[in-house]
Amino acid sequence: MTQRDEIHASLFVTCIIDQLYPQVGVSAVKVLRKHGVVVDFPEDQTCCGQPLYNSGFTQKARQLATRVLDSFSLSDYVVVPSGSCAAMLKVFYLELFAGDSELQERAAELAGKVYEFSEFLVKVLDVGDLGSRFPAKATFHSGCHLLREMEVRQEPLSLLGRVEGLELAPLPQADTCCGFGGTFSVKYPHISQGMMDDKVSNVLSTGADLLVSCDMSCLMHIGGGLSRQGHQVDVRHIAEVLEGLPEEGGQRLG
Amino acid sequence: MAEVKTREFVSASDSAMKDASLRRALRQVGGGFNEARLEAIEEVSWETWEEWREEARRTKIHALENLDYYLELLHDRVTAAGGHVHFARDASQANSIVAEIARSRNVKIATKSKSMVSEELDLNQSLEANGVEVYETDLGEYIIQLAGETPSHLVAPALHKTKEQVSELFHQELGVPLTDDIEEMARVARRVLREKFLSADLGISGANFLVAETGTLVIITNEGNGRLCTSAPRIHIGITGMEKVIPSLQDLAVFLRLLPRSATGQRLTSYVSMVTGPRRNDDEDGPEEFHLVLVDNGRSRLLADPDLREALYCIRCGACLNICPVYGKIGGHAYGWVYPGPIGAIVSPALVGLKEAKDLPHASSLCGACREVCPIRINIPRMLLHLRHRLAESPLETENATTTGERQAAQAYSWLMSNPAALSAAAKVGRLVQKPFVSGGKVSKRVPLPLVSKWTGGRDLPALPRQTFREMWAQGLESVAELRE
Repeated sequence: MTQRDEIHASLFVTCIIDQLYPQVGVSAVKVLRKHGVVVDFPEDQTCCGQPLYNSGFTQKARQLATRVLDSFSLSDYVVVPSGSCAAMLKVFYLELFAGDSELQERAAELAGKVYEFSEFLVKVLDVGDLGSRFPAKATFHSGCHLLREMEVRQEPLSLLGRVEGLELAPLPQADTCCGFGGTFSVKYPHISQGMMDDKVSNVLSTGADLLVSCDMSCLMHIGGGLSRQGHQVDVRHIAEVLEGLPEEGGQRLG
Repeated sequence: MAEVKTREFVSASDSAMKDASLRRALRQVGGGFNEARLEAIEEVSWETWEEWREEARRTKIHALENLDYYLELLHDRVTAAGGHVHFARDASQANSIVAEIARSRNVKIATKSKSMVSEELDLNQSLEANGVEVYETDLGEYIIQLAGETPSHLVAPALHKTKEQVSELFHQELGVPLTDDIEEMARVARRVLREKFLSADLGISGANFLVAETGTLVIITNEGNGRLCTSAPRIHIGITGMEKVIPSLQDLAVFLRLLPRSATGQRLTSYVSMVTGPRRNDDEDGPEEFHLVLVDNGRSRLLADPDLREALYCIRCGACLNICPVYGKIGGHAYGWVYPGPIGAIVSPALVGLKEAKDLPHASSLCGACREVCPIRINIPRMLLHLRHRLAESPLETENATTTGERQAAQAYSWLMSNPAALSAAAKVGRLVQKPFVSGGKVSKRVPLPLVSKWTGGRDLPALPRQTFREMWAQGLESVAELRE
């Protein structure tokens, strides 16, 4: 890519953002547009199939995955504001379609185009100045799939480090799972919440008033615990933070 | 075979979560192992560590692919060194072999060093039923034997017990004064066990590795008890799973580097014992007889299963237990059988039956930490997913454990997510239906749907927003104002 304004990317918004946190999708689009990306949204997209895949319903997961292959077959880039859903598209589809060479080939083609949102900003757009401010004391939670499947570790931290007014406190035991785990969270809620309690304690120990992540599923879980336990910690997707808060009395940035 | 309680996973894990002293014990020990492991790796550099992992994995793949050859070689070399090799199809056959050796040699007292396979077989119970007194000599194993319990960790069997509980146990069972000095407790155990070592007719050990080319049984310990078990009594029986065989002494080197570092962060354990046959004529000590019992007990099923075979590469270091956030919450006993934690969630279903242990493959958030720490790079999450797949969709009645409700839920989800128009309609309906249950932007009243109520038991759930993203996109994103309720 020689010129930024030529970059076209398709947003795979993820079903959880579509259905529960649409403002995150809006922020993601705004940030991408601000950095010159022409964003499209294939409207027949739904879910990547991970809940079915992780529950063992591989055949049904394949049906949804095949829809994703179709929806994004013409995209240059597929940007996913979730490390976990991105990992499903990029890593697990290859395993899901093992034994079907044609679909596996299409999955491999898709995999080459898939980027998690923060990864896309850093690796493809190479963004410099973000031009956003978000005054808060924040800490960052990295989802397990972002870390271990996407191997995206520094990108979100480097971006957040450049947000004006944002103080970033390191999260103790940052590599430990928060306990969401998809169906695990409702199959064994007692264990899931035990893990969440540890994460909540670690978040509180930083003194942060804002918890940021690249995954709304983790944030729904940890944020749900923070809120239930009466802690005043805001939770935000990284796209919202990078979009920034409006200048006082001014226009919303981006 | 050891009693199988895998069906009780949900209630057992729930009780474990509520057990304050277990939580304290897990917090103290689990994290320490992992920190020590990291330090030991950093000392040799990550680059070297990855080379070692690669080499060890290659060796395991090769050994298991040629298991028939190496078992035969092992058999020949052990025999040539004057030992006897026995192959046991299952637990009861393994127990019979050991019992028969004990009976025919008039064995009264046996000392044992740590062996997970003997736990799998419930060998102690079988020997005791045949009139043999059995004494565990690994300190952790001794503690749980006194307490009448089973190991809760592959390397640290009494990890679930606090030192206060051990002191109380020694006080009650051995009549010694209460103490909070761990070394004093170890001294007590040593004093008791010395007598047993000297009076035992039979020493039983497991094996960390079996070297085929030399017919050598290798055990690594920190307490020296393994060496006493294998050398002091007149008979030594080594009993282990048939997957422990590796081709050569050369291959052993990398495993001796990987295993202690992965298990406890040690560069090397205090003792590495290598046993080749019984005492030779010019040896000053050692047993008169050496027997090696190689146990299948379901392992050949794993070997024949390309999707699960790599579970046999496990060297039982326990690193996956130490890193696992689920194990860290519930400990080992909740898993309901001998092998706990992430690797146990694969091995137990394979050995006791998938349907019998159907909860175990789901007892993971699939965070992938186990795969990351495994010295043999065993892809545990991939196998957990595979087992879940069999539970959900296997055509075999012996594997498929999905309830009609689960199948219907998956069907409904799959249908909804295949029909964007239906999804949009469902969101509209949801916004209306949720009204009585919602206030302040979240679900504030109990919703009579199990999926929702299981979530909201300890976590808030956001209310459905006024619009979905797709609705906003269709209207043009520029027109959208502030969305957060």
